[in-house]
Amino acid sequence: MPDIQTQKEQKEYEKYVKQVTPTHSLPMNMVRAFLVGGLICLAGQWIMNMCLGYGLGQQVSGSWTSGILILISVILTGFNIYPKLAKFAGAGSLVPITGFANSVAASAIEFQKEGQVMGIGCKIFTIAGPVILFGIFSSWILGIIYWVLKITGVM
Amino acid sequence: MSGQTIGQQSIQFREPVFIISGASIVGKKEGEGPLGDAFDLVGEDPMFGTDSWEEAESTLQKETAGLAIAKAGLKNWQIRTIYAGDLLAQSVASSFGIADLGIPVYGLYGACSTMGEALSLGSMAVAAGYGEYVLAVTSSHFGSAEKEFRFPLSYGNQRPLSATWTVTGSGACVLGRQGGRARIMGVTTGKIIDYGLKDPQNMGACMAPAACDTIYQNFMDFDRMPEDYDKIVTGDLGKVGQQILWDLLAKKGYDIRKQHMDCGLKIYDGKTQDTHSGGSGCGCAATVFVSYILPKIESGEWERVLFVPTGALMSKVSFNEGQSVPGVAHAVVVETAGKGER
Repeated sequence: MPDIQTQKEQKEYEKYVKQVTPTHSLPMNMVRAFLVGGLICLAGQWIMNMCLGYGLGQQVSGSWTSGILILISVILTGFNIYPKLAKFAGAGSLVPITGFANSVAASAIEFQKEGQVMGIGCKIFTIAGPVILFGIFSSWILGIIYWVLKITGVM
Repeated sequence: MSGQTIGQQSIQFREPVFIISGASIVGKKEGEGPLGDAFDLVGEDPMFGTDSWEEAESTLQKETAGLAIAKAGLKNWQIRTIYAGDLLAQSVASSFGIADLGIPVYGLYGACSTMGEALSLGSMAVAAGYGEYVLAVTSSHFGSAEKEFRFPLSYGNQRPLSATWTVTGSGACVLGRQGGRARIMGVTTGKIIDYGLKDPQNMGACMAPAACDTIYQNFMDFDRMPEDYDKIVTGDLGKVGQQILWDLLAKKGYDIRKQHMDCGLKIYDGKTQDTHSGGSGCGCAATVFVSYILPKIESGEWERVLFVPTGALMSKVSFNEGQSVPGVAHAVVVETAGKGER
């Protein structure tokens, strides 16, 4: 641990660096994220309605929608178009399921050179891994809470 | 034999070391930049005819080293030692790149400051009589660096405005006791400077204090002022780091704005090439030095230049474990041969 004087100087430098470092405009980024994220969701809804129109059930239509969106994202990743979209949209293309698919496909493409097992096998989830782990973990916790509320008669 | 050290951290060679030749090979994006025509070769294929980014960088380094040796009119066996480095873990680009040349080698790591380190050690070896000719070479590759330090290339994310763009390129210099129109007069070896910053996406700010320290020390050791140099050239501070360097040196009482130039700001056109803060990487300082700065020194347009490549010392692991990103900078004093004697 550095002494107090050094810590103070480091804090001051950090503050100064923050001042001189340009950042992306937050409102602009939010507008872009809203637009692109919204469009992706709109596309999803459109696919969903199509499926429902063919007489598929609610649940089956949902699965088809996710599957098709993932497929499109993976294809766009392969052609190196998705990164360009993400550069523009930021969280707008990161948060939807397509962003997740992009992170998996991009890792697979990059690490394929290191082999099927040590490359793709070990590293395909380098970016998506935390989302999978903590996603499952939190759903598990919520499951327990739901179960406790149920046996205590609250729900 | 009395010593050749001067001041705290510098060496002043009794007999200068000549830069006999320089060679640079870059990628397509660098070729499209403002210095495009100055490079010896521009590779259209980012893979340089290989299967992976790492092999591509090795090929790049090997070709550049060979080209520098050829331009010096020498054969491989005449080079006593190579001082080589790159950004990859365990410096594999260098190891696999120059293995085929069959020349004894020292592998270096100084992050993006490696060209300064290679020129320093190479010139020391020549000055001390440990080799008639030695070679200094470094390289970096956008693809391999992104993979090593950041994300897979096709992963979609937004790069911060303070981030720099790793140069795909390699620069090499043959140093020797005579021949050539530029010479290394001395070096100032840099300390590792840590201001506690933890943002690897703002490397300019992490490295600027190191550049400031080394440049200041050079002024002290050689008893010089900024005006004593025609140019003070930093490696890859970028827009953000350049501003910080100016401010930090101003605090110490030196104004270098007139002399200062940053290789990272020179290699790309920030307006059209979307490189944010500028270029970076071992190849950035090396290729700009060889293609742009060296010819100007050789022609006498700039008679004395302080070349200060800067490096950010971190790895993915050190970053994940919460360590800061310290910087280092090594300075080399390069002059037009015959300056002061004509």
